[in-house]
Amino acid sequence: MQEIFNIFIKSIFIDNMVFAYFLGMCSYLAVSKTVKTSVGLGFAVVFVLGITVPVDYLLNEYILKAGAMAWVDPSFADVDLSFLSFILFIAIIASMVQLVEMIVEKFSPALYASLGIFLPLIAVNCAILGGSLFMQERDYQSLAQATSFGLGSGVGWFLAIVGIAAIREKIRYSNVPPALRGLGITFIITGLMGIAFMSFLGIKL
Amino acid sequence: MSAEVKEKEPLFSPKNLKLIKTPINLSNPITVQVLGICSALAVTAKLMPAIVLSISVVVVMAASNVVVSLLRNGIPPRIRIIVQLVVIASMVILVDQVLKAFVYDVSKQLSVFVGLIITNCIIMGRLEAFAMSNKPWPAFLDGIGNALGYGIILIIVAFFRELLGSGTLLDIQVIPDGFYEFGYKNNGLMILPPMALITVGVIIWVQRFYTRDLIEKN
Repeated sequence: MQEIFNIFIKSIFIDNMVFAYFLGMCSYLAVSKTVKTSVGLGFAVVFVLGITVPVDYLLNEYILKAGAMAWVDPSFADVDLSFLSFILFIAIIASMVQLVEMIVEKFSPALYASLGIFLPLIAVNCAILGGSLFMQERDYQSLAQATSFGLGSGVGWFLAIVGIAAIREKIRYSNVPPALRGLGITFIITGLMGIAFMSFLGIKL
Repeated sequence: MSAEVKEKEPLFSPKNLKLIKTPINLSNPITVQVLGICSALAVTAKLMPAIVLSISVVVVMAASNVVVSLLRNGIPPRIRIIVQLVVIASMVILVDQVLKAFVYDVSKQLSVFVGLIITNCIIMGRLEAFAMSNKPWPAFLDGIGNALGYGIILIIVAFFRELLGSGTLLDIQVIPDGFYEFGYKNNGLMILPPMALITVGVIIWVQRFYTRDLIEKN
């Protein structure tokens, strides 16, 4: 239980998707102009990461890993399909995003309207595929660990985008050098936020 | 026969050359279009992985642009995203297997970032914006141009980070020992991830300072 909680905290603060690995930067930079839209996108990312990472975990555990097919028949024990993981993970993500979109549209039209165009965009958000690939690389031991890693990464991403959006709303009133306006200053602020987040590195979990 | 040849555009006509040139500066994928940053910055602490990743992106992008451009009339618009992802993913699997076979150490350093070429927005973006509506040859050039523009930024960032952060280039020491004796120290901060963002920010600053058209209105 404690291990699961540790993974959750670690993936929010120490291994933050944006500040430590630069994942999901495209939508992070494009959609962080106002706090309201970035909250919407942040929720969508938490949601999709929380679903795709456990699903990809099961896929990896029972189909892709070396020897994972042994449950079908002992003769499959030496089959290693891990080279297929990119294409299968991205297929899972694309179809999950589609599925989530349909479910949300059906049961909560209000949420659907507020997420709007962001849901389909998430299929190509690197944070999602990155979550699955890190899950595979770090070899989590149980479904619960993988889920908490997925949710934690999502929450970390959410914090990052809401933070930068709030700063960008304020920075409009300051006198930034012309050539640095917009994109340039956003990069530098993100870097500074990253340095701030590095202070969490000292936490031993 | 001769009339037919005349009508054909030469392979490197000015229009085609422009497809390669503009993405390197005026519409650079990273600093202007803001695409493909995701998988880029984390590998720039050293020059070698940055070069390998740039080459991989050039290969994947040129190949998938050509394939999608060849298939463009046969792809139903509703499922084009999935088709594009499958094309890119197959190219990336090829590149990944080649890297694992020939430069295993670098491939280990790149870890998940080879896989993340799939969701590199710049590839999807060019497929959507260019390859879906153009012939294979211009699509090929467009792919090469954009991937080069991407690679150049990656290599510039990696150059400064490795030089200032570890005092080496491609793992060969370039800062003479004498400097260290006088008390020069490598700047360990440059190795850390946040400095990649700040370096890109500075590159954008310099580029926009010289190319006034790109300045944003705020």
